Amino acid sequence: MALKPKHRRLVLVLAGLALLGVAALFVGTALRDNLVFFFTPSEALEKQIPPERRFRLGGLVEEGSLKREGARIAFRITDSAQTLPVVYVGVLPDLFREGQGVVAEGRLKDGVFEAQTVLAKHDETYMPKEVADGLKKAGHWKGGKE
Amino acid sequence: MSVELGHYAIALAFAVAILQGIVPLAGAQRGDAKWMALGVPAALLQFALVALAFGCLTVAYVTSDFSVLNVAQNSHSAKPMLYKVSGVWGNHEGSLLLWALILTAFGAAVAVFGQNLPVALKARVLSIQSLIGVGFLAFILFTSNPFERLHPVPTDGRGLNPLLQDPGLAFHPPFLYLGYVGLSMAFSFAVAALIEGRVDPAWARWVRPWTLAAWCFLTLGIALGSWWAYYELGWGGWWFWDPVENASFMPWLAATALLHSAIVVEKRDALKSWTILLAILAFSLSLLGTFLVRSGVLTSVHAFATDPARGAFILAFLAVVVGGSLTLYAARAPALEPSGLFQPISREGSLVLNNLLLAVATGSILLGTLYPLLLDALTGEKVSVGPPFFNTIAIPLAVPMLIAMAIAPQLAWKRAALGEAVLRLWPAALAALIALIVVLAAFDRATLLAALGIGLVVWLLIGSLQEIAERAHLFRAPLAESLRRFGRIPRASWGMVLGHAGIALVVLGIVASETWQSEVIKTMRPGESVAVGPYQFEFKSVGDVRGPNYSALAGRFDVTRNDNLVAVMEPELRRFTHPPMTTTEAAILPNALRDLYATVGEPDNQGGYGTRLYFKPLVSWIWLGALVMALGGAFSLSDRRFRVGAPKRAGTGAPAAQPAGD
Repeated sequence: MALKPKHRRLVLVLAGLALLGVAALFVGTALRDNLVFFFTPSEALEKQIPPERRFRLGGLVEEGSLKREGARIAFRITDSAQTLPVVYVGVLPDLFREGQGVVAEGRLKDGVFEAQTVLAKHDETYMPKEVADGLKKAGHWKGGKE
Repeated sequence: MSVELGHYAIALAFAVAILQGIVPLAGAQRGDAKWMALGVPAALLQFALVALAFGCLTVAYVTSDFSVLNVAQNSHSAKPMLYKVSGVWGNHEGSLLLWALILTAFGAAVAVFGQNLPVALKARVLSIQSLIGVGFLAFILFTSNPFERLHPVPTDGRGLNPLLQDPGLAFHPPFLYLGYVGLSMAFSFAVAALIEGRVDPAWARWVRPWTLAAWCFLTLGIALGSWWAYYELGWGGWWFWDPVENASFMPWLAATALLHSAIVVEKRDALKSWTILLAILAFSLSLLGTFLVRSGVLTSVHAFATDPARGAFILAFLAVVVGGSLTLYAARAPALEPSGLFQPISREGSLVLNNLLLAVATGSILLGTLYPLLLDALTGEKVSVGPPFFNTIAIPLAVPMLIAMAIAPQLAWKRAALGEAVLRLWPAALAALIALIVVLAAFDRATLLAALGIGLVVWLLIGSLQEIAERAHLFRAPLAESLRRFGRIPRASWGMVLGHAGIALVVLGIVASETWQSEVIKTMRPGESVAVGPYQFEFKSVGDVRGPNYSALAGRFDVTRNDNLVAVMEPELRRFTHPPMTTTEAAILPNALRDLYATVGEPDNQGGYGTRLYFKPLVSWIWLGALVMALGGAFSLSDRRFRVGAPKRAGTGAPAAQPAGD
């Protein structure tokens, strides 16, 4: 390579920038494809979400709604204004309770939310921020923390 | 009484920190030796005061002094002693105190061991370190005081979250914090160098041991956290790309990049400005991590109850530290002596490639982690970025990284021939190719990606072994000569080989366990039997067990393979009363080849129990590999040539003469 130091440096910098550009494009695409939106039951009903779209549904587990049929678990998530039935096949996290906040990820098919994961939490006083915000929006926030 | 003493000690430490943050720094600007000399005793005093405060809180925990709000909220008299002690940092206030303790310990370590540092640099480093301390001590004093009293005194405490009552998590925060806070040393050195306007190879050698120590601790801390999640949460996963996990992973990536770029500064007097920037960013990411975890702005699977007011304080502190240091960087970095130039194909060129890949990885994870926050702030839409995003970016970055990691050590400094280096690696390449073909041909469920992964693991492992073999002139010199050379390989080189081999082992564990694991999640009744991988799990019975501070439902599984009993596994569902909480205690049967994993859940009122059963090949290597990496760091740290404070600054700032062997 008979390039002058100055040029050599320029080539290096350009190569680095090109690499970063490609990386940025790639990362941006990956991000767009993998965004998972969060909705409360009211929002989810209002938005007409296509059944192939994964999203997170958050709210309170409605009191008395939990039913276990073998490994198939059914319960309802509510934000006090609207309520959606949820089915889930699997084992619920230890801190899953009726009347407490929950976030489930999955798809909405024919009015039933088919959850693939139900998020666990580590602390019985913890309330997912989105759920708290969603409940506040619906005007039913009774938490004492804020 | 001791609690008031602790509170008082923190207030005094705060005052000392302000003094130490101003006087030596001003002394260094004015060239006043007396002012600069204040840094050492102040750093020691500050450490002693914070240690006293920490001791006071520990005593309150050990003696179950429930007149202290913090103890009453987080401890219980029936708790085992280990968790009484670890309970000190198992909560927000105490963990901040631990943070401050480690921060001042690092400052004191510079004061004691940094005797070879130039006086002005040392004074500045101690001041900067102390200014960080001011921020944290103020945080403790004004928003998160662990020494608050409680009236009336309750008869017993609320208890520590049972998930935290675990040996793995007892030591996870101290290691993680040693890593996070250790990076503050690199930050302080970087800011001091910016103020001084001088970065040279000697500077890089002074920063290196601190960064390396921080990196080792961070590696262990992340590995411990992941291991804990694996066996304690009972979902068989070990990494979820969760914001809280990413918060610790980003500083690790930045610290790894910093370790590598500092080598270029040291050996070639180049990449100086970038290295300074990395040092600033690595610590900033540590602070950001603390902010994300402590503020609860992001929904995390690992979330604990949080307090937004405190988040605001850390955010403000973060803004001051990051904003201030980057402004200083923008103002002073152009004044640094220009870096040397170099060929793209050379050892330093390969280290730049390492830095590019690590920087892209860090940036992408940062984007994925913060994007939900940004979108929420801008549009009010709530989103989350899930594991698919992170996996999509991790794989294309990991592949070139793993390829380059074997080649880079073969490249010479200044100018190298890529072809020759690759040709020398023919045994590694051949072994990798064979591994790839064998995996594709002989293993069920082998994807092309899995085969590629295993091939890369073999490539990197053999490549690392070759590096050692070559240094010992194995097969080229008589055996006695090789052995003699073997013993003389510098520990720093062993460190590199172990570090790289550790990565290979981690990747091996990830690829194998993700590709060939078997998972059965179903409701089982006692007497039922199910196949998991090559094993048969028979659910025999359930019984009741009593622990020191819980009662448990214990399941019993007889595990057989080809009708031979392999093990009896007894997972538990533990019910704690203080606080009232249920945890899954997985039964795990690990060995070097595979883990068997079983949990039992709540009964369904029809005689069935929710169970999760896993067969996970080679999964232990994820954590063993991390251990090997940390061991490599420790080896490198023990290299005589890099002892803390050992190097002397060369008068002209020219690269110091290197001993043979690099």
